[in-house]
Amino acid sequence: MSQLFFGYFAGMIAITSILVVALRNPVYSALSLLVMFFHVAGLFITLHAEFLAAVQIIVYAGAILVLYLFVVMILNVTQDDRYHSQWRIAGVVCIPLFIESILLLSGGAGALNTGSSSLQSEPHEAITANNTLAIGKTLFSTYLFPFEVASLVLLVAMIGAIVIAKRDIGERDA
Amino acid sequence: MTIPISYYLILSAIVFFTGVMGVLIRRNIIAILLSVELMLNATNINFVAFSHHLQDLGGQVFVFFALTVAAAEVAVGLAIIIALHRSRSTINVEEFNLLKW
Repeated sequence: MSQLFFGYFAGMIAITSILVVALRNPVYSALSLLVMFFHVAGLFITLHAEFLAAVQIIVYAGAILVLYLFVVMILNVTQDDRYHSQWRIAGVVCIPLFIESILLLSGGAGALNTGSSSLQSEPHEAITANNTLAIGKTLFSTYLFPFEVASLVLLVAMIGAIVIAKRDIGERDA
Repeated sequence: MTIPISYYLILSAIVFFTGVMGVLIRRNIIAILLSVELMLNATNINFVAFSHHLQDLGGQVFVFFALTVAAAEVAVGLAIIIALHRSRSTINVEEFNLLKW
């Protein structure tokens, strides 16, 4: 049963991520990215990360993608003309890397599955039934300083976005 | 019946290399930012899969931070796109050659 769910989610994620790159209209690209975000959230649920699934839908599908669609509508770009002339370089970079990773994974898969007990660290914060509670406790004890730094990152990004995108006051007259 | 971790790694590799292809071959700067989102999501899938595999919550916390950085990156990136479109009235990356050697 879990293999069925994984197959469905993985297939949809792969197909929609290829569609994001392949479709020419940026609105369609953004919408297929939306479908991909929902399926990634479903994959998170099968991995018992319910809090992250909710956050994925709220932040990615709710905030980030709306921002993208907003900018696409503002700039009024309907059609992207052609692909970049760099596609040969892209193929040379990506295809050997992809084959290499597949080979590495297929070679190391058996070792990874049988040797998982050696990889298994002692579960000091084991994933319990109450996922959100456990994440909150970890976030506010072990990762308290990175949490504060993340808030600083958000503040800097907000101020930077406003400063970059705003029109200068005297620009209309000049 | 549990899924082997290598399946998640292969899925994440497919999504990540699709994102790399998108960054390299698309000319629309919004599509390039969407491809960066694809790459960030591939790393998130890896983080959560290993968090489940090792029974450690650190991976999920790092996905949380990656989400924060992704939101900040989108805000600044789209602001830059709007500023560029205002000065050049195009979003084709081949037109932006001011900083090219």
